[in-house]
Amino acid sequence: MNSLNAHPHSAAAATETPASRALAITFAALLGVFVIGGVGFSHIAAAHNAAHDVRHVNAFPCH
Amino acid sequence: MSLFRTILLVALVAGIATGVASAAVHLFTTVPLILKAETFEGGEAAPAAEAQADAHVHASTEAHSHAAGAADDHHHDPEAWSPADGFERNAFTVVASILTAFGFGLLLVAATELKGGLSGWREGVLWGLAGFAVFTLAPGLGLPPELPAMPAADLMARQLWWIGTALATAVGLALLVYGRSPLLAALGVLVILAPHLIGAPQPDSHDSPIPEALHHSFVVASVAVSFLFWVLLGGLSGWLRPRLGAAAA
Repeated sequence: MNSLNAHPHSAAAATETPASRALAITFAALLGVFVIGGVGFSHIAAAHNAAHDVRHVNAFPCH
Repeated sequence: MSLFRTILLVALVAGIATGVASAAVHLFTTVPLILKAETFEGGEAAPAAEAQADAHVHASTEAHSHAAGAADDHHHDPEAWSPADGFERNAFTVVASILTAFGFGLLLVAATELKGGLSGWREGVLWGLAGFAVFTLAPGLGLPPELPAMPAADLMARQLWWIGTALATAVGLALLVYGRSPLLAALGVLVILAPHLIGAPQPDSHDSPIPEALHHSFVVASVAVSFLFWVLLGGLSGWLRPRLGAAAA
C-alpha cells in the first residue's frame, strides 16, 4: 500500500500514518489499563465494594 | 484518529455483550459460592448487619487471628459505602463485568492492531485464548481465585506479582509466536516461567475457615467462566473489527 498512489480508495488509508496508528494503539491501551485498574485494582473502598464480586470471580488480588 | 475510534467501538460493543453474558453466568455459578463463603466470615460483608458491624469485625479478626498478620490488613470498612445485598449488589456486578470486558477488550484490540487488526472471529478467538492465558491462567497459577475470608499475603505484593506475571506472559507469548528464531522462542518460554520461579506472595498459613470443597468448586467455576469470557470477547472483537473498521474509515 503506497500512500503516494493517487488512488481514490486509498484516501482514507493515507490519513493513517504509522505514527498516528501507534498513537491510537497507545491511547486505547492506556484507557484499557485505566479501566481495569479502576475495576480490579483500585484501593478506594467504594470502588472495591462495588466491584467486589467481579474482583473475586476474575481472581484480581482482593482483600 | 479513526483507528482509535475503531478500537474504542469494537471494544465497547464486544465488551458490553461479553460483560452482560459473563455476568449472567457468574450470577448463577460463582456469585452464589461467594455468598456462601461470606457466611464463614461472620457476615462482615452483610450491610444489613451494620448495627452489629463492630461485633462482626471483632469476630472476624478472631477468625483470622491464626492467619498471617499481613492477611489482616483488609477488613471491610464499616464506614465505607457498599451496595445493598440482592438487586443493587448484582447490578453493580453487571456494571463491573461490562467495564472489565471493555477494559480487557481495549487491551486485546489494541494488541491486535500492532499486527494489522483482526480479520475475523476465528483469529479473534485465538487472541482471546492468549488473553485467557495472560490474564487468567498465568496469574491464577500462583494466585488462584479466592473466596472471601481466605488468608492471603499483602495486597500490594499480590497485585504487583499479578501485573508482573500478566506482563511477562504477554511478552513471552509474543516472543514465542512472533520471534523469528528458536532462541527468541526459548527466551519467550523463560520469560513466561520466570514469575513462577520467583513465586507468588503467599500467606504465612493457608489455614482457612472456608471448606476446601467450596473453594475448589469456586476455582473451577471461575476459571471456566473466564474461558467463556475470553473466547466471547476475542470472537466478537474479531467479528466486529472488519465491519466497524470499514464503517469508521
